[in-house]
Amino acid sequence: MANLVESRKACTVNPLRTSSPLGASYAFLGMDRCMPLMHGSQGCTSFGLVLLVRHFREAIPLQTTAMNEVTTILGGDDNLEQALLNIAKRAAPALIGVCSTGLTEAKGDDIDAVLKQVRQRHAELAGVELVHVSTPDYRGAFQDGFASAVTALVRALAVPAAIRDPARVNVLAGSHLTAADIDEVRDMIEAFGLVPVFLPDVSASLDGHMPDDWQATTLGGTRVDQVRSMGAACCTLALGEHMRAPAIELEMASGVPYELFDRLTGLAACDHFLQRLSQLSGRPVPARYRRQRSQLLDAMLDGHFFFGQKRMAIAAEPDLLWAIAMLMVEMGAELGACITTTRSVQLEQLPLETVLIGDLEDLELAAADCDLLLAPSHGRQAAQRLGKPLYRIGFPQFDRLGNAHRLSVGYAGTRALIFDIGNMLIDHLPHPGPDSWPLPEASRRAAAADCAA
Amino acid sequence: MDTRIAARIQDVFNEPACDHNRQKPPAERKKGCLKPLTPGAAAGGCAFDGAKIALQPIADVAHLVHGPIACEGNSWDNRHSASSSAQLYRYGFTSDINELDVVYGGEKRLYRAIREIIEKYDPPAVFVYQTCLTAMIGDDIEAVCRHAAERFGKPVIPVNSPGFAGPKTLGNKLGAEALLDHVIGTEEPAYTTPYDIALCGEYNLVGELWQIKPLFDALGIRIVSCIAGDGRYHEIAQSHRARVMLMLCSNAMINLARKMEDRYGIPYLEGSFYGIADMSETLRKLVRLLVQRGAPSDLLLRTERLIRVEEERAWRRIAAYRTRLAGKRVLLITGGVKSWSVVSALQEAGMEVVGTSVKKSTAGDKQRIRELMGGDAHMIDSITPRQMYAMLSESRADIMLSGGRTQFVALKARMPWLDINQERHYAYAGYEGMVALVAEIDKALSNPVWAAVRAPAPWDSREDGDGQSR
Repeated sequence: MANLVESRKACTVNPLRTSSPLGASYAFLGMDRCMPLMHGSQGCTSFGLVLLVRHFREAIPLQTTAMNEVTTILGGDDNLEQALLNIAKRAAPALIGVCSTGLTEAKGDDIDAVLKQVRQRHAELAGVELVHVSTPDYRGAFQDGFASAVTALVRALAVPAAIRDPARVNVLAGSHLTAADIDEVRDMIEAFGLVPVFLPDVSASLDGHMPDDWQATTLGGTRVDQVRSMGAACCTLALGEHMRAPAIELEMASGVPYELFDRLTGLAACDHFLQRLSQLSGRPVPARYRRQRSQLLDAMLDGHFFFGQKRMAIAAEPDLLWAIAMLMVEMGAELGACITTTRSVQLEQLPLETVLIGDLEDLELAAADCDLLLAPSHGRQAAQRLGKPLYRIGFPQFDRLGNAHRLSVGYAGTRALIFDIGNMLIDHLPHPGPDSWPLPEASRRAAAADCAA
Repeated sequence: MDTRIAARIQDVFNEPACDHNRQKPPAERKKGCLKPLTPGAAAGGCAFDGAKIALQPIADVAHLVHGPIACEGNSWDNRHSASSSAQLYRYGFTSDINELDVVYGGEKRLYRAIREIIEKYDPPAVFVYQTCLTAMIGDDIEAVCRHAAERFGKPVIPVNSPGFAGPKTLGNKLGAEALLDHVIGTEEPAYTTPYDIALCGEYNLVGELWQIKPLFDALGIRIVSCIAGDGRYHEIAQSHRARVMLMLCSNAMINLARKMEDRYGIPYLEGSFYGIADMSETLRKLVRLLVQRGAPSDLLLRTERLIRVEEERAWRRIAAYRTRLAGKRVLLITGGVKSWSVVSALQEAGMEVVGTSVKKSTAGDKQRIRELMGGDAHMIDSITPRQMYAMLSESRADIMLSGGRTQFVALKARMPWLDINQERHYAYAGYEGMVALVAEIDKALSNPVWAAVRAPAPWDSREDGDGQSR
């Protein structure tokens, strides 16, 4: 249906995309007692840090190997080794997630070899897991880096288990899910008596809570031993198309089969998810979710008046775009423009002519005849220039509170999303004035007094 | 590395006007202030970041970043530098190089990117920023810019400050060098007056320049060029005709100020808009220098009168808070010039500064702090977040003033915090700004939320009563 087209511009204007090492670092932030480390110059980490801090309004553990021009040319092995030792000494992490950057990738630093040597040379690192993910800035987007990091974690840690527990499920949670989304999915799974292990789990580390003490690493998330024991689950639920590759990796590493859920937003998508949970557990769908389903139906009925035939211009990473755009279509809206950051096959199923891998300039141009813009906070400039409302989705949202707690999955999340967006559409209903319906010249002439008579 | 950048870094660091540098033995001087960074324990921006911060406020030009998506995609649209009209500087432009560009070189893509910008947005100039990766693969942005400028008949300015060249402060200086090399002195103003000044190191964050400009306007002083807050390309190209250069933000752009003096005979003075006494002193020094340079001498008297009225007005407004804020203890975590200029401001409001960071301060900055605070005791060279947390949670301070990245240390310790760094939302310059800062501190300290978040949950408070509360 849709053509997935890459922008032909040489100059990206008002970027939508953020970098893959940043996405990988974000995945590592969902691991317990973890310190993500970017192997690059200090600016790479500094920019990523500022963006994450402003979005989550939380302290973010993120470190750098602080490459300079000399260490770049001579090779960054010493910097990487020093960084690992310093982090282990200062922050006492359980895991250091090493993300490469454009600089060190293009130079060709062999990070895996360094990690191996460091292991041999330094007994003091024995208690620290070191996981490396290749994320050159010049390839892919945030979502790709996130997926690569999850794949790397699975590859490094997951092993087959002697016994499978029929009640245990693995959940690979994509980068489009907030802390609140993960909590909601956890509740749904547990309501069927199943025991989920999330990878990664930002609901425990970036949910904005008050810790008892100051800690230099993440304050919660998936534990290393939990990833090691993922082989003991009966199946893996992969949430989001970009979790397919890590799910396959997990299946290869541990033999646990996976099932992909492309989205958990929207009535049919939620129905499908709960139906499968019911089949997996052999239990009926709990009354609570039957009630929520009925509330969602009501919300859809109340909301459809305002969504019908409205044109939406959406800019988001592929899996978030897919979830939001399909909900808009299900509510009767039209997709005026869909802009995304990287390739993803499912986007070809969207009901519009072209999905563009592009930037927010593309969004601005395409949104001229649209009613609502849906984009990260960077879309505010375009919305302002166009004089149209902006509903903020995705990352980063530096001018909004509570980003970790915005819920858009499950019946409850879908309902909340319909109400939020619907209310914004109500705020921007056209207000007719006395001059809204002028008569054409011909009509006015026809009605005029006949002077000739 | 590009020998041109290497030579330029040498030149920038061998800065005769920098007193920090002058105090070193001659052999050390050339090494400059590149403190080696500790891998795994570094925090701070890179040289690209510094150059971009210094020049991005030039509002009517396009700022094009040549590099992979991280450099611009992760950083654009994140500062509150305000513009009174032109908005193009708020756009994020990047060549966003891909894998093929890394293999074959990104120069052609850069050239096409410049062309697209000129065709679509027609700015008075395009600034092109070098980054680590494109520097490493050998893209010659100076050649591309020269070629594009000839081709399109428009200034295309190379800013050669790749991230791995050094820290943010170096980038500030390299950004200034780009202006000296390619912009300043390339155009002549229509007319000049004896009251013409240029500013450097002022970024007009949250519109702070507009807290100051009315004072200059009232005195008839004309800001012909501001580098770079609310700056315009043509104004900056004409800044060599100013009578006096006023340098803010300590030494960040001292190379610019000193070279303007060498090349065009424009004397500079170092000033600060933060703090009442500092504001007045800056005005005094500025008008004295203007009069020396030929401005009518009644300017001195008019300035004194304005200072008296404005100081009185500010004190009157701050006095309302003095009783509420007297004795409150402040922990000040910031860099360079801001440490001493804010210390004096807080003392003016009756508060006690229990510690101030001097990590980025020069010897001169530290001396000023010693004079203000009486000794070294309160100077903190480097402080870890854990130490900050301990200071706050043990109630050795009542409020922390710092940049956004450390705010959660304070908030998680359930202590008030105020943003005084570049991401702040309030303007704190001049007489107006100090009143605003004091008002903000009062607003933070008097908020009932502190009592509420410190009180234990009812099921946690047993007979030992104050066990949890602070």
